[in-house]
Amino acid sequence: MVRVWRGRAEGKYQAFEVPRHASQTVLDVVTHIQRVLDSTLAYRFACRVGMCGSCAMTVNGVARWTCRTHVDKVVKNDQMEIAPLRNLPVIRDLVTDMSEFFDKWAKAKGQFSGPLTKKEDFQKVKPDSPGRVAVDAGIECIGCAVCYSSCDVVSWNPEYLGPAALNRAWTLVKDERDSRKIERLRAVAGDAGCHSCHTHMSCTEHCPKQISPTAGIAGLKREIAFAVLGGEL
Amino acid sequence: MNFRTQTFLWVAQRASAAVLALCVTVHLATMVYAIRGGLSAAEILSRTKGSVGWLMFYTVFVLAVTVHAPIGLRSVVTEWFGWRGAARDVFLLGLAMLLAAMGMRAVFGVFL
Repeated sequence: MVRVWRGRAEGKYQAFEVPRHASQTVLDVVTHIQRVLDSTLAYRFACRVGMCGSCAMTVNGVARWTCRTHVDKVVKNDQMEIAPLRNLPVIRDLVTDMSEFFDKWAKAKGQFSGPLTKKEDFQKVKPDSPGRVAVDAGIECIGCAVCYSSCDVVSWNPEYLGPAALNRAWTLVKDERDSRKIERLRAVAGDAGCHSCHTHMSCTEHCPKQISPTAGIAGLKREIAFAVLGGEL
Repeated sequence: MNFRTQTFLWVAQRASAAVLALCVTVHLATMVYAIRGGLSAAEILSRTKGSVGWLMFYTVFVLAVTVHAPIGLRSVVTEWFGWRGAARDVFLLGLAMLLAAMGMRAVFGVFL
């Protein structure tokens, strides 16, 4: 039996009986409900192969990418509870409004900004340089908001930029081609930024891409501390 | 409060935590060692009165607490009770001064 959240912030769980199949994913279950049992169910997905970051939901209390989560892995006593992501406003059923999540990427200056024009040659970056190694560790984020949904600091402090935005800022701070480092460090410092992180590591624990935003946030804390104490910031 | 001050607070809390780790270790180890043969106020005072070493040690200890505790409480009152803004920071500054005053009173109480 699958219990699925229906409604917005106020609502209730609705129970469905869904047949089990081999290699069935949680997204398969939700799709079966919508296509066969109740066409009014709202949910979001796109690629179905773990690339787009659209289908994250709370499954049995844990935020997960549903297209790559097998039912076998999460089902308990043939029961499953599926809810929208935490820490984001619910539009309807399993669909959350992710505007705030992506607005915070912009607030964290998550856009690359290089000094070169298209008339100049590519800037060469050595793959084994320390900066590039740090970037590689965090660059595969798909923007699914599982980390944001799992973060207690976000739920306590709505201004907090959150793990994904800070991880993005970190990958740009360590990108030697980027030219807005100081501006970016200023944007992610302080109470709404990296200094509010308590290093609970829920983001790192639940990230489906095995990224450690916690490590990036710790890096930002160090960079900012040295920049402030050195008078650069 | 701007991001620079917030960053300074973060650095100050980490630095004071490092000092406290050392101070608490020395404090506990000394206590365990000192009470082997029983504990009396007179015995403690005989060691601390006029001891510039202990005066300096506990002064550092108290000042580290004064820095560390209010910054930690700032996060607690913000996250648990939603208290933000200047009034919160003024309250915590007052708390820091109270901790410093009470702590230093105790330090001088066993030194003088």
